[in-house]
Amino acid sequence: MKASNRSSFQSSQREMPLLQQWIQQLHLDFPLLVALFILALTGLIVLYSASGQDVIEVQKQSMRLGVGFVIMFFLAQLAPQTLQRWSLPLFILTIILLILVLIVGVQVKGAQRWLDLYLFRFQPSEIMKLIAPMALAWFLAETALPPRFFRLMASLVLLAIPVVLVAVEPDLGTSLLIASSGFFVLFLAGLRWRILAGASILLAIMAWPIWEYVLRDYQRTRVLTFLNPENDPLGAGYHIIQSKIAIGSGGLFGKGWLNGTQSQLDFLPERHTDFIFAVFSEEFGMLGGIMLLILYLFIILRGMFIAAEAKDTFSRLLAGSISLTFFVYIFVNIGMVSGLLPVVGVPLPLISYGGTSIVTLLAGFGILMSIHTHKKMLSP
Amino acid sequence: MRREQLKDHYSEARLFNNRAIVSIIMILILLAIVLTRMVYLQIIDHNHYTTLSNDNRVKLVPIGPTRGLIYDRNGILLAENQATYRLEIIPEKVNDMEALLQQLATMIEIREHDLNQFRKALRQKRTFENIPLRFRLNDTEVAKISAIQHRLPGVHIVAGLSRHYPLGKSFAHVLGYVGRKDVQDLKLIDKTNYISTSHIGKSGIEKFYETHLHGTVGYQQVETNAQGRILRVLQQTQPTAGKDLQLTIDAPLQAIAEQALGEYSGSIVTIDTRSGEVLTLVSNPGFDPNLFVNGIGYKEYDALSNSDRRPLYNRALHGRYPPGSTIKPFVGLAGLKYGITNEHYEIYCPGYYIIPFGEERKFRDWKRSGHGIVDLDDSITESCDVYFYDLALNLSIDRISPFLGSFGFGNKVNIDMPSENAGLLPSRQWKRARKHQPWFPGETLNTGIGQGFLLTTPLQLAQATATFANQGKAVQPHIALDQVVLPKEKTIDPLLASVDAHHWSYITRAMTHVVHKHKGTARHIANDQFKMAGKTGTAQVFGIKQEEKYDAESIDVKLRDHALFIAFAPADKPRIAIAVVVENGGSGGAIAAPIAAKIINHYMTSESS
Repeated sequence: MKASNRSSFQSSQREMPLLQQWIQQLHLDFPLLVALFILALTGLIVLYSASGQDVIEVQKQSMRLGVGFVIMFFLAQLAPQTLQRWSLPLFILTIILLILVLIVGVQVKGAQRWLDLYLFRFQPSEIMKLIAPMALAWFLAETALPPRFFRLMASLVLLAIPVVLVAVEPDLGTSLLIASSGFFVLFLAGLRWRILAGASILLAIMAWPIWEYVLRDYQRTRVLTFLNPENDPLGAGYHIIQSKIAIGSGGLFGKGWLNGTQSQLDFLPERHTDFIFAVFSEEFGMLGGIMLLILYLFIILRGMFIAAEAKDTFSRLLAGSISLTFFVYIFVNIGMVSGLLPVVGVPLPLISYGGTSIVTLLAGFGILMSIHTHKKMLSP
Repeated sequence: MRREQLKDHYSEARLFNNRAIVSIIMILILLAIVLTRMVYLQIIDHNHYTTLSNDNRVKLVPIGPTRGLIYDRNGILLAENQATYRLEIIPEKVNDMEALLQQLATMIEIREHDLNQFRKALRQKRTFENIPLRFRLNDTEVAKISAIQHRLPGVHIVAGLSRHYPLGKSFAHVLGYVGRKDVQDLKLIDKTNYISTSHIGKSGIEKFYETHLHGTVGYQQVETNAQGRILRVLQQTQPTAGKDLQLTIDAPLQAIAEQALGEYSGSIVTIDTRSGEVLTLVSNPGFDPNLFVNGIGYKEYDALSNSDRRPLYNRALHGRYPPGSTIKPFVGLAGLKYGITNEHYEIYCPGYYIIPFGEERKFRDWKRSGHGIVDLDDSITESCDVYFYDLALNLSIDRISPFLGSFGFGNKVNIDMPSENAGLLPSRQWKRARKHQPWFPGETLNTGIGQGFLLTTPLQLAQATATFANQGKAVQPHIALDQVVLPKEKTIDPLLASVDAHHWSYITRAMTHVVHKHKGTARHIANDQFKMAGKTGTAQVFGIKQEEKYDAESIDVKLRDHALFIAFAPADKPRIAIAVVVENGGSGGAIAAPIAAKIINHYMTSESS
């Protein structure tokens, strides 16, 4: 059985180009890999412009991408079953780290997100973006789907712990991403529509107390500013006004690489981190924006395809969640930069400058590739 | 495992696929919303945003603080900020840079150096940033450019403040100067605070009190039009100007001291003995510190730094001179304190001294014929070397060295200036450590008359004189009037505390005899108004041993002795102490003492009036 499987596998690969074959043997996914490379390269090109042609920043970002791709490669070698087995211990460990962050973490710009490990600093909340869906997928895959009510409630509690811990750091963006990654697992696991509807109504009712007691001042300002940025043109609304001007003045074809006045003239704050899409749109216009969205869409669809192809529940849920969360990044970031959504610190995946998100994202794709390339040998 | 068997893999996969399709549909809907937004911003409202982008440019402009002014103790301005104009170019506004530069060169002087700096900045800075081409335009140049500025897009005349030292070289060694901040400076300062500060204290008071003088940067949020011209100020955080600084230096007295020293190279340090306030700090020759403010030319710098007379060298703080006979009051005091000599002990001076039981080497007195029978008082008044050879030998270097050390010789004064020299106080240990040789008795003799290894800076000598005037109580010399860095209380070294009061007054009396007795070496400077205690010194520049490298450079022209004089006045209730060093001046009594007298007389008359 196994032997025949392998021979048919090999015969089907015969027409493949040599490179693609190697990539397959390295447990990598060729289409995904190519798309990610193009994306990373685009990111570096935009970053060069957004950072004011700072070669050193570009080098640093390349280093981070390199580290990300290496981690992706290693995770791709790891069978999904190993991850499944380690889900709970990893989850508990990361929860402990999140608590540690609140006690002994390093404060940067008023938020306590970092653990100083002497050699380097890292954000446990970033890892949680992958560990939370992993733990939830493991938990739900234990029984038949769709989950029963009590298992569903237990999963919600499981998810609430990291979401709350990260929210109080405070890091609303990451908290939101963890919450959505967990939600996607539940949704893909077959969360009933009527429960979903009920939860939505409940959330709407709870919106007021959350607004009043959970959100911090600066988070409330962001929402208020989002609703009417022109009210506060020099304060919190400045980001949004300037980035809208950048995108809008880019037009259909853009002002050309390195020629964006809004970004080059220091008007855009955080233009190489969270607001890099504004630089991109100003310089490459709507056509560039559409191309970027197509590239992103391709990656998401490929991810969903890998999920659908997966042969076990854990892999399927995890792969689906990773792909959908990837979209959340894109939507929240572009929505924020273009004034559709309030300003929430979510980077544009693989384009924004900054270390941890790149590594986490690429690690996620490593898991996707592992799921895709390990399934044949382990199928029942 | 049992539960696993209950799972229906097929239906689970189907469930997943359904949900995946719903998700993808949602994604497409949300992407459509994003796309609509992009169409709205980039197509429909494109013109609106282009207008905004062109017209409405809000910028954050840092405003550098104004540097604090420096005054002398009377309120005379020593360092000010003058309005100057520089020419700046915004490259992105210029169509043909080479043509523009050529055109400008026909109107104003543009040196090769300016052009090189400009081209360097042109490569490094972004095209919308102002790049300076010329600094310190004169009025004519400003007028020429202003007249046709409307035809020169991107060319701006920017007003600024530039440091200026109205008294020029008189205060060069006190104030130091500011210069453009460089890579070295950037390591030491808070870059944000200096973001729009071009100059930083490089030496002297300007360097030592840099933080005090600099102030804190401010910001302006401005709206500019497409040409980068500021339309209005939206919000402003004022910079905090640097604090002014008042010095202890008395500018008129400094001028008199400088004048008195004339063309001689040398140094004069005057200290208020009651407070430690430094009244004059002269180092001759000086240099014009204004040359350094906006970058001194290579040739000009070369001329200054290679000059034989070393005008850049701060002699008051760094010059190391043998004190010569001015050391005698200190050694004499040690002799009384340790009971080696007393007020009645006399010797016969034949004009030379031979170490008892030593080798047959004659240590000469400056007076070949000898002083005859002299006691300690006579030996200070007439500056008899033989008496001090004998005294020093009996004291031994092991007592002389610590005793001189308690007056501050061999140690930094720790004045509020960036750097100073500690001089050299020789000891048996020092010689073993540095020269790997034992101490010879002959060297004790030389130390006893202020020759040999012993070296002091003029500042040290003035400090020691002030300490002597206060009978051992030391004041901390300082230059900023309201300085908070240094201790304000008088201190007394335990060794000096143990000196008998009548020993102090005996030596002080002998020092007044130097000025007021007919045999005194500085008798011609006496006046009737007040009593002055002083001591002359004539230091050999070239002895038997190797001398400091500093003089050795010009051996053939400069063989004459250094003339020194220390004094304090009034002798009974001192207010002022002075040390004068005249390089190659010859005799201390003839050259250095009259200089000191001029300063002290002026001080005493102006203070009492």
